[in-house]
Amino acid sequence: MNGTAVLHSIIDGVLTGSVYALMATGLTLIFGVMNIINVAQGIFVILGAYLSYALSVHLGIDLFAGLAITIPTLFVVGIVVERAFLSRIKGPERVVMSILVTYAVALVIEGVLDMVFTANYVELHAWYVDQSVRVLGIWLPYIYLLGFALALVLLGALYVMLYRTRFGASVRASLANQTAAALVGINVRRVSTICFGLGVAVTAAGGMIYGATNAFNANSSYDLISRLLVIIVLGGMGSLGGALVAGIMMITIEDLVSVVWGSTWSNLSFFVILVIVLSLRPQGLFGQRSVRVA
Amino acid sequence: MSRLKYGWWLPVLAVFVVFPLVEKNPTYTTIGVFALIFMGCATSWNMFSGYSGYINLGAAVFYGTGAYTMALLSNHLHVPGSGDQFWLVPVGGLVAMIVAVPFGLIALRVRRHTFVVITIAIFFVVQLSAINFSFTGGTSGLSLPLIPWLETNFNTPFYYIALGIVIFATLLSFAVRRSRFGLQLLAIRDDEDRASGLGVKVFAVKLTGFTLSAFAIGMCGALYAVFIGQIYPQFVFDPLFDISIALMAIFGGLGTLVGPLLGALVLESMQQYLTLQFSSSSLYLVIFGALFLVIVLFMPQGVVVYVRDLWTRHSLASDDDSTPMDPALSGSTSA
Repeated sequence: MNGTAVLHSIIDGVLTGSVYALMATGLTLIFGVMNIINVAQGIFVILGAYLSYALSVHLGIDLFAGLAITIPTLFVVGIVVERAFLSRIKGPERVVMSILVTYAVALVIEGVLDMVFTANYVELHAWYVDQSVRVLGIWLPYIYLLGFALALVLLGALYVMLYRTRFGASVRASLANQTAAALVGINVRRVSTICFGLGVAVTAAGGMIYGATNAFNANSSYDLISRLLVIIVLGGMGSLGGALVAGIMMITIEDLVSVVWGSTWSNLSFFVILVIVLSLRPQGLFGQRSVRVA
Repeated sequence: MSRLKYGWWLPVLAVFVVFPLVEKNPTYTTIGVFALIFMGCATSWNMFSGYSGYINLGAAVFYGTGAYTMALLSNHLHVPGSGDQFWLVPVGGLVAMIVAVPFGLIALRVRRHTFVVITIAIFFVVQLSAINFSFTGGTSGLSLPLIPWLETNFNTPFYYIALGIVIFATLLSFAVRRSRFGLQLLAIRDDEDRASGLGVKVFAVKLTGFTLSAFAIGMCGALYAVFIGQIYPQFVFDPLFDISIALMAIFGGLGTLVGPLLGALVLESMQQYLTLQFSSSSLYLVIFGALFLVIVLFMPQGVVVYVRDLWTRHSLASDDDSTPMDPALSGSTSA
């Protein structure tokens, strides 16, 4: 262990963490607005990665250009899933049912992806994935920087949409209090559907970066979803800023642990931190303690 | 009325007892053993999660603990592979209960949906520990003493022990359901703050229920370890196990007594059968997921409650003599 390795792991953690933050933001947005835990977020990321893979391998479309196709595709997939299944869930066990429904959706998608693409690991390739650049004395593949930039752009776009537009105001109103939002004339149903679409759409970008930095198959979704869930719980469920901070923090800590103690323990550190933080602060770092949870 | 209500348990039990005597094909008795193991797990899981509404997606921790306890003890105590290992099955359950205490102390501090996520996280902590520690054998797992029984009769003892665990879990679940403690769990499900205000020691009740549910799941894990003969961390601490038993209980009817039994019997048998029929597990995933979507969307209360509601409506329509449902026995009637 030396200074360069530590610096490397911090830079790496911040760059990769921002991509996780993007995917987690989609998840926490869905939870905040709809009170739904979308367990399928992991497989949506993999679906996005496979779409980018298919476009680049079979049609020769550049990974970033392909996002113009994959982001709208996943947006539509999200809307269809919300309309077809999630909007039908009612009753007191809504959160639990949402976990099961999205899990069932995830199983179907996993099975289909497994049949179409087989269980062999694949990786996305492009010149910027295979070539590196020297930053602060450390060699990094271009994709890490490009992915970081993409995540920042998309998070910025999301921020502008949520805090600077009329639609964003209705989303935030629905986040704060659904009943009150409906009373002042916001169509909460429509807001929910669009939010689910948006929350899923960001996985197209996240999936492309994930696929370019990791070898993946349909099974990788379990690893992803467990991390994403930890991130949103740590940040405080429904807190957009919390997801951002927790995403970058967790991945950086994981990378640091992997340098200091070895990679076998780095996954573990992820969950241990969660357990410690929640023992001290059950609502997460930025979550608000709800007065009464029915 | 009460005889009509409980009378059908006996013939059903008789069918289960007779099954291995009639069916000699090991392929099908193996399916039977797995179905029973999952029936025990789902029933025990439901005893906490179904009654209290706290969905535990980390129950594989109990299962895996039971399996590892069995493997480590039978290796270190040099238990010969002659069936003596079966005495260690309850020990597996007890160790799972011991593990459940710190697990519950952490996870039960938070409410509902956060609880779900915490249980998933703790599950991964335990799975990764099993992979990383040396005494667990790491990724290569542990092998148990070989049992030199003939293939034709091999399944029978496992079948009956699993059946015993299922009966035990069902009786325990029934007893909890009828007790003051069970009512406290239900009160927590319906309104935790109000239950607390009315004097229910919510944390103690939740922790007790959580720990109690670990026992039968741990025993099932221990039995599974002997049955399979070789355990790997990724198969005994399996995220699919967590979700499967939740699906089974909800498929049948969350919080009901029969629901988890029926759900586990149908889904596990189907899974084993489909895996045999199509070696492709991905097709199975698609079928399983699609079926589950249909169930959740059209019978959100589970098959048992759906059928019972149909029956109640039918009998209410046909005659006026129908007795109103006893709220203490009707299971999940909220909503």
